Amino acid sequence: MRMCVARALGAVFVACLIPFMIAWAEYADVTINTRAEIEGVAPVIFPHWFHRIRFQCSVCHVDLGIRMGAGTTGITMDKLIDGQYCGACHDGDTAWSMDNCDLCHSGRPGLETGIQGGHQTVGPGVY
Amino acid sequence: MVAATGIAAGTWQSLSEDGLHDPENPAIGVLQEPAEALGVLHYDPAGNKVDWVRSLDQGMIAPRPSLHDDREPEILESTVLMRNTNELAYVLFAHKPHTQWMSCEACHDSIFIAEVDANPINMGKILDGEYCGLCHGAVSFPLTECNRCHNTVPSSVRADGSIIEAADSAQ
Repeated sequence: MRMCVARALGAVFVACLIPFMIAWAEYADVTINTRAEIEGVAPVIFPHWFHRIRFQCSVCHVDLGIRMGAGTTGITMDKLIDGQYCGACHDGDTAWSMDNCDLCHSGRPGLETGIQGGHQTVGPGVY
Repeated sequence: MVAATGIAAGTWQSLSEDGLHDPENPAIGVLQEPAEALGVLHYDPAGNKVDWVRSLDQGMIAPRPSLHDDREPEILESTVLMRNTNELAYVLFAHKPHTQWMSCEACHDSIFIAEVDANPINMGKILDGEYCGLCHGAVSFPLTECNRCHNTVPSSVRADGSIIEAADSAQ
């Protein structure tokens, strides 16, 4: 009996530790690596939290045509330099310009395209 | 850094330790840290640990509705009551907090037909990233927050579909 209680307490203790053992990305971070590493640059990390402080959802997802689904929009650097998608702001005026490669291409090698943030996040990134 | 809401830094993972950013990348140290931006907003136990709607309501953030400031947000006050919820509470969908973030065309009609009971929504589809699940569970508050959508017990709804407010029922 005493052993069972000890085991149960041990299991609870380990369960409580799990959130501190795993490094969760920030909720709703998007990782994009459909082409990046193939083209020789690091994967892109897009932080939703940073952008939604400054712009409403519609600006990107309606006006700029960025689809809700990680990696489904077909974004390429050519299009961005042409002022489409991220390029509408990242022009050196509203936000930093395209020659600051590292600021977007800042991901670890091997990241998969998707929506990140732990067990609470699965969302449409699979499509 | 201690947030205005009293939540200490540490609630948000630093970029160099989030498992995504390459700690060797020159962007670390240049990019804003989540704790710096989010720690001053209203705390919430789920998602980004931020109550985005409350933070917006109280003017702590003012996200722009358009890139060139050429569109005013169209705030709708109407609600939609969804009763086909099996044993769970009804869903009282409020347009207001959604239209504070999005224009009508973000949802209508590409995701939702603008007609009550016209959309075959169920939790399976939502969990699969359709309908509400296109945003909730990805960017807006997660699907583990059942009661935020299933927020209206049947006994608080009159026969005509109107909601008995707490103030009404106290009388």
